[in-house]
Amino acid sequence: MIVPAILILLILVIYPLMWSLGLSFYDYSIMLKQSPIFIGVKNYIDIVNDPTIWDNFKLTAYFLAIALPIEFLAGFGIALLLYEEFRGRRIVLTLLLIPMMLAPIAVGVFYRFIYDSTFGILSYLLSVVGIHGFAWYTDQWVIPCVALVDIWMWTPFMVLILLAGLTAVPRYLYEAASIDRAGWIMKFRYVTFPIVKPLIGIAVLFRTMDIMKVFDSVFILTDGGPGSSSELISLRIYREAFQYFHTGRAAALSYIFLVMIIVLTNVYLRFLIRRPAQTVTRELEV
Amino acid sequence: MKYLLILVLTAVWLFPVYWLVVTSLKTRLDMFAMPPKWNFQPILDNFIDVFYEHRYGLTPGPTDFPRFLLNSFFISLCSIALVILVGMLASYSFSRFNVKGKDTWLFFILATRMLPPIAIIIPVYFMYQRLELLNNYFGLIALYVMFNMAFAVWMMKGFFDEIPRELDDAAMVDGYSRIGAFRKAVLPQALSGIAATAVFCLIMAWNEFLFAYILSGFDTRTVPVALSRIRGESGINWGTITATEVLYITPVIIFTFFLQKYLLRGITFGTVKGK
Repeated sequence: MIVPAILILLILVIYPLMWSLGLSFYDYSIMLKQSPIFIGVKNYIDIVNDPTIWDNFKLTAYFLAIALPIEFLAGFGIALLLYEEFRGRRIVLTLLLIPMMLAPIAVGVFYRFIYDSTFGILSYLLSVVGIHGFAWYTDQWVIPCVALVDIWMWTPFMVLILLAGLTAVPRYLYEAASIDRAGWIMKFRYVTFPIVKPLIGIAVLFRTMDIMKVFDSVFILTDGGPGSSSELISLRIYREAFQYFHTGRAAALSYIFLVMIIVLTNVYLRFLIRRPAQTVTRELEV
Repeated sequence: MKYLLILVLTAVWLFPVYWLVVTSLKTRLDMFAMPPKWNFQPILDNFIDVFYEHRYGLTPGPTDFPRFLLNSFFISLCSIALVILVGMLASYSFSRFNVKGKDTWLFFILATRMLPPIAIIIPVYFMYQRLELLNNYFGLIALYVMFNMAFAVWMMKGFFDEIPRELDDAAMVDGYSRIGAFRKAVLPQALSGIAATAVFCLIMAWNEFLFAYILSGFDTRTVPVALSRIRGESGINWGTITATEVLYITPVIIFTFFLQKYLLRGITFGTVKGK
């Protein structure tokens, strides 16, 4: 009975992807009433030789370089803070997880209100601490501001996964370490870290893939602007396909992107399925 | 000291949502006041405006928002009904039978979920254009079924795996068929897990933007697409927008509380368990 499920995926994922693979070898635009012209790998060569596309990749890497470490460190810190049982812990955890469940589009919309340079609460709060005239929609600040939205939404994800890892460390190991007069650094290094490590791998890989794919929130918040200062690779594909109508080229670019994601996915899935992470946490409570 | 830190942290983290809600309750004057107003007289005018607009030079009339809201409900609900049905069959089979090439299929299913939607949307757009499925409920529902499939199969497989096979066997010894055993013995046990999976899928369909944005037209427009119309615009009517947002995210927040037990499982596709 797995046939219906597989069939749906074949029709709506694999077949379209085959189609766009073919399309990526043609010069074609949906706006022009001319039939596609086969040009071989020219689309791919053009992309590799286009410095503006390299800029899109660089911006995506920059975005990742800001968001991922902060999400990880803040997530680890908060997980350590919430590790011990206390009254209302469940409520706090659930409240913290709300941002992750919200639609990225909705989040993007209200951050636009928060960031606004004339009436936004952020520039007001910054002026209270002495930073006047903060303009978020500038070449310099737009990526950090976009990254902040991602950090706000997804740090809780790190918290949740790392908390699962921390809870997996049996108490008696800490007790044994105390008897051996290990300080907290030693305990962390030799007891906590080895057990939490596989989960860190899962969390970091998952976030890396997701950050690379970010589209909705940036689309609504900056639309890739100002100019192309926040034009991440996913936004560039969108623009090529639905604004410039370079359909063949957009298909080629999306294939390059796809291969990158598939490589990461493979690493991630092997990690997730083959690693003992699930057995570690199977019997534990968060 | 630690509790104070936790309290401050939670407050800071939830502040944007709080700010959204209070903004939706402010008058236009209070909304843009600098410095911001912390004490104000809350009003519901913005919420009324969401449903009933005062059009300049025209007679006031109902807005299109209820239509978009209904579209969102209709598309999400139809798609989860289908994905749960199809996903349940697949996940139960994966859990109980020796499907040939099982690991490969499971891997393939999960991989489909990791693909960037922006890469799939281009060919799907052409496909739908040819099949005349643009601005069509069925087209969107089918796509939402696709994009929740991996999650539904993996998540429900996890729940079925936890129910001992002996239960099926005992029911079949009692004379039930495989289907009968599934319905009478396994399903009641798995019900809360299936419900949690359905709610996750519901939230993801409710939140989905890109497919809806590219493939829907006015008739089938969903709430996130309606919200996105502020893109690149200045002079946004923030009162109506924030009120729309509050209406749009409230169900999700309520559902998050129901799901708290399953959140960890949910975000890891059922592979990392925990309570």
